[in-house]
Amino acid sequence: MTVVIEARHLSKRAGRATLLDGASLTVAEGEMVAIIGPNGAGKSTLLRLLSGDLRPSAGEVRLMQRDIGSFTPRELAARRAMLSQHINVTFPFTVEEVVLMGAGERSLRDASPLVDAALDEVGLAHFRERQLPTLSGGEQQRAHFARVLVQLACGEAEHGPGLLLLDEPTSSLDLRHQIDLVEAARRRAAAGTAVIAILHDLNLAIRFADRLVVLAGGKLAADGPRAEIVTRETIRDIFEIDAVVHQDGGGVPFVLPQSMRAAPHLSLRER
Amino acid sequence: MSVAVGIAQRSPRRSGGRRSASFAIFLLLVVLLLAAIVALTVGAAGIPLSRLPAALGIAGENTAMTARDQLVLWSIRIPRIAATAMIGGLLAAAGAIMQGLFRNPLADPALVGVSSGGALAAASAIVFTDSRFGEAVRFLQTELLPLAAFAGSLATTAILYGISSRSGRTSIAVFLLAGVAITAIANAGIGLLVFIADDRQLRDITFWMLGSMSGATWTKAAVLAPVLVIGLAACALIARGLDLLVLGEADAFHGGVDVERLKRISIVMVSAMTGVAVSISGVIGFVGIVVPHLLRLVIGPAHRLLLPASVLLGAVLMVGADTLARTIVAPAEMPIGILTAAVGAPVFLFILLRQRGLTAL
Repeated sequence: MTVVIEARHLSKRAGRATLLDGASLTVAEGEMVAIIGPNGAGKSTLLRLLSGDLRPSAGEVRLMQRDIGSFTPRELAARRAMLSQHINVTFPFTVEEVVLMGAGERSLRDASPLVDAALDEVGLAHFRERQLPTLSGGEQQRAHFARVLVQLACGEAEHGPGLLLLDEPTSSLDLRHQIDLVEAARRRAAAGTAVIAILHDLNLAIRFADRLVVLAGGKLAADGPRAEIVTRETIRDIFEIDAVVHQDGGGVPFVLPQSMRAAPHLSLRER
Repeated sequence: MSVAVGIAQRSPRRSGGRRSASFAIFLLLVVLLLAAIVALTVGAAGIPLSRLPAALGIAGENTAMTARDQLVLWSIRIPRIAATAMIGGLLAAAGAIMQGLFRNPLADPALVGVSSGGALAAASAIVFTDSRFGEAVRFLQTELLPLAAFAGSLATTAILYGISSRSGRTSIAVFLLAGVAITAIANAGIGLLVFIADDRQLRDITFWMLGSMSGATWTKAAVLAPVLVIGLAACALIARGLDLLVLGEADAFHGGVDVERLKRISIVMVSAMTGVAVSISGVIGFVGIVVPHLLRLVIGPAHRLLLPASVLLGAVLMVGADTLARTIVAPAEMPIGILTAAVGAPVFLFILLRQRGLTAL
């Protein structure tokens, strides 16, 4: 397996606060990794370090056996694509124009097949002429995902399998589009892309990835196959909740937090 | 903050995007030419269209009036129209670049103090070179003014960016309020200079505060031309980066943009374009807001077309406004800054009201 990205003893400090403390992680071609952990665990910091956007206070990140700081932004963009949370487009760009931004210097004519395919994949082909700020939050997120897919495809055409980073990609999506997105990412991994995603929904993370990385308090608390990670004990340690872990027919675990009982039935009279 | 401007449907530009782009540029060039012809013929000394070819030396017979017409055209009107057009282009493009840089359609060099910073530096240069201490460099006054204005604008833009941008995000409220404060500081400085200036300096300084094209000469047009040419070249260089910057600094970087370099080039360009324009025409507001706003509604927000189109439409509007300024109260001349503000301020309020519907400022 070819290693795509390797983080060694990564730390990031901001002022006195330690956001990330000595995390090490290696992800190979075709792997799907989900990063989970409570709020403030350092998940987004880790992802931004892996994207080359932040520089570590200590440790190093190597992308394709090269120090990530040695790439120019353009070289980096051809090897890794990243979908952030909360992107606000302030000018009336159309969906198509935004998706085309993923294609670098290519004109619409050259990139048109890629743009069409990405828009179809996220189910926004009918909105291509719409101005992005007029779409709903979830639709905007899908448009940005399409842009990132175009960027990934352009880069992979030149440099082979790349790295796809997703920061809570499903946060404003409905159930169906959450699954669509996960499947789109899976198809990339099947073709060799290394995919790393931050996910809050544990069950989605389990469906998404065969390997889970757990962050807690800025430290990498666990890293391994989902069956090892998703246990009652780890969940109690990390998220401080009691949960029942079941297994579906295929032996894939799913988690039901204990305090998440259905609301008591209220009769009309009581209301 | 989510600002959606120009929600009105644009016509689909999918088919032949490139052709419609060159058509838009061609159309704007034609309109600029027409505006220039109108500007050539009207004024204190009217030159009817029939005498224009002869006066320009293109065709037609020399008459008794030709010599006078030629003098008016070549030594007064043509340099003025050329300078006005270039200043309009510089101000509009500077506005468009600044809006891209701050991801905000309300950014305008005049509104947030970049022009005032330039005017303060220029006014300081006047007072200094006229004083005993500046005697040694007095002969350089014409050359020093644009340089000083550029430096003043550059300092203002850099301060503004430093104050309103934190870890890649620009706060609109902080940005506009910082602009208000910087304008106030610059105006206080100009006020101080007015206070200590003698009568001749006072006249020169007052001219900056109102904005006027009446001082345009060939020499001044010659200062503007290279800045405009370099500016247009830089526009081609930064257009794609400004498009991606709309996603935010981090995501522009993820998309392959060298964000730091883009910001440096943009800040220097905005400052040079505004500073040089201010050093010649004084502070002229709102051109930088109105022009890019109108264009985004028609041709869309992509900077590759928006920036050159802003130069052309800015030129058209300024030539039109200047023609109006020198005719409506003839033989006197109205300061052009009053006209652009009268048109521009309502447009600014209009954008603000549309934003209010879409976002909490």
